[in-house]
Amino acid sequence: MHDKQVRRRRAVLALLVGVSLILLTAYFGESPSSPLHSVQRGIVEVLSPVQEGASTVLKPVRDIAGWFSDTLNAKTQRDQLRKEVQSLQAQLAQAKTAEIQNVQLAKQVGLDDSIGISAYHAVGAHLIARDPTLWYQTIEIDRGSEDGVHLQDPVVGDGALVGKVSTVDPTVSVVTLITDHSYAVTAQVQDASGDTGLLVPAVGNPNQLLLQSLQPPSPGQPGPQVGQLVVTAGFTSGSLDSLYPPGIPIGTVSNANQNELLNNGQVQVAPTADLRHLDAVQILTRPHAGTARASLP
Amino acid sequence: MSGLRLPLRLIALAFATVVIQQTAISQISIFGVSADLAPLVVMSVGLLAGSLPGAIMGFATGLLVDTVLVQTLGVTSLLYIVIGYWSGRVRELRDPAHGLVPLAVGAAATATAGIGMTLIQFLLGVDAPVSLVLAQQIFVTVLVNTLLALPVYAVVRRVIQPALPEDPRRRRRRAYTTGGLSPLQRPSQRLGPISRSPR
Repeated sequence: MHDKQVRRRRAVLALLVGVSLILLTAYFGESPSSPLHSVQRGIVEVLSPVQEGASTVLKPVRDIAGWFSDTLNAKTQRDQLRKEVQSLQAQLAQAKTAEIQNVQLAKQVGLDDSIGISAYHAVGAHLIARDPTLWYQTIEIDRGSEDGVHLQDPVVGDGALVGKVSTVDPTVSVVTLITDHSYAVTAQVQDASGDTGLLVPAVGNPNQLLLQSLQPPSPGQPGPQVGQLVVTAGFTSGSLDSLYPPGIPIGTVSNANQNELLNNGQVQVAPTADLRHLDAVQILTRPHAGTARASLP
Repeated sequence: MSGLRLPLRLIALAFATVVIQQTAISQISIFGVSADLAPLVVMSVGLLAGSLPGAIMGFATGLLVDTVLVQTLGVTSLLYIVIGYWSGRVRELRDPAHGLVPLAVGAAATATAGIGMTLIQFLLGVDAPVSLVLAQQIFVTVLVNTLLALPVYAVVRRVIQPALPEDPRRRRRRAYTTGGLSPLQRPSQRLGPISRSPR
């Protein structure tokens, strides 16, 4: 009797492990349009109203926890923000002057600003689920293809770039965050020389990004400095447009070690958006369908 | 119908766990990390119901997590099967009676989930250096989950205890502690010294 129980237990355990391994292997090797992926998306679609309801019901719990967390951090943030305000006031004065000059010059040379952020249509969405692990940095939102959302559309929130749409269903979408290991975007430091590079996540550290492939600063030039804003670069090359319009804030330079900059051409960037406390985001839907857009690996 | 009570309660528990985890708990940051209820619930089911229900609960919960988050199917299931099975084996082999056992097993379950996920991701080819931050995050998650292990265990026990079959070992132990007669004790020991009247 005991032996029979042991045999049955082992058989079930082996079966469960076997099924898991088969699923893992099949899913890993399949394309996103495969049956397994389709079934998964179908289940997500069915469960999304439940998640949406639960998200609304549990919002007070999140808010209370967030209130305690925010209160604990408030003093530190206040001091940081005071310093930032001082710095930004000086930058604002310079930027206004530059803006006036820019408008005047753009008129003179007839520049096309159609890839600017104003050309995109923003669709508001609420977050209904998020992944708690460090490995898959994704969130689920309550807008889908029925609302005009497309694959690879940029997503902004908390005043900065948050990620891009990686899965679209009629009523829900999955957004891959900028801290996901598969993410990359061309970005520009808003300094005098406008250093441009490839922004990738520091995998394993959800609070850090790396701006890579930067040109070493020329003699006499300081290069990127701590606290400088990093924004999406945006580019147009023939019929290819960047996935992202230029000028969306991403973060600020948090560490600009000169050795690291000269040897590896990279600086560290802290994301501006608080990805842990996002409640609502905006999806920037395509400004001109039909134009091919470049995707970075 | 009574045979379906436990599976139905486990399905409801797995579903509620995943929904609450993804819609609320994941968005609450404690020391920079979020608590992860799923391994604690699987561990609790293993401790209360045994290795087989624990492993099946682990598989189902893991599959639901992977599906809801549109992740690689099978990764979380594999880890939670291990957690559910070994929690059940702890109960079957050691029959721990101490009230703090869920705390230790919860910590071990969370550590298994964190380290196991790291190993599987490396095997799947995710380009991630072993950073101090990663180790720190796993450590803090284990601490946070350890604090939550006892309340989660209590809730799971409340949900599934009425559907569990009566365990003869536990019935026997309860009988000894509530005044029953243990075969290891003589009647004279149970009753205390017998006073004899002086001659």
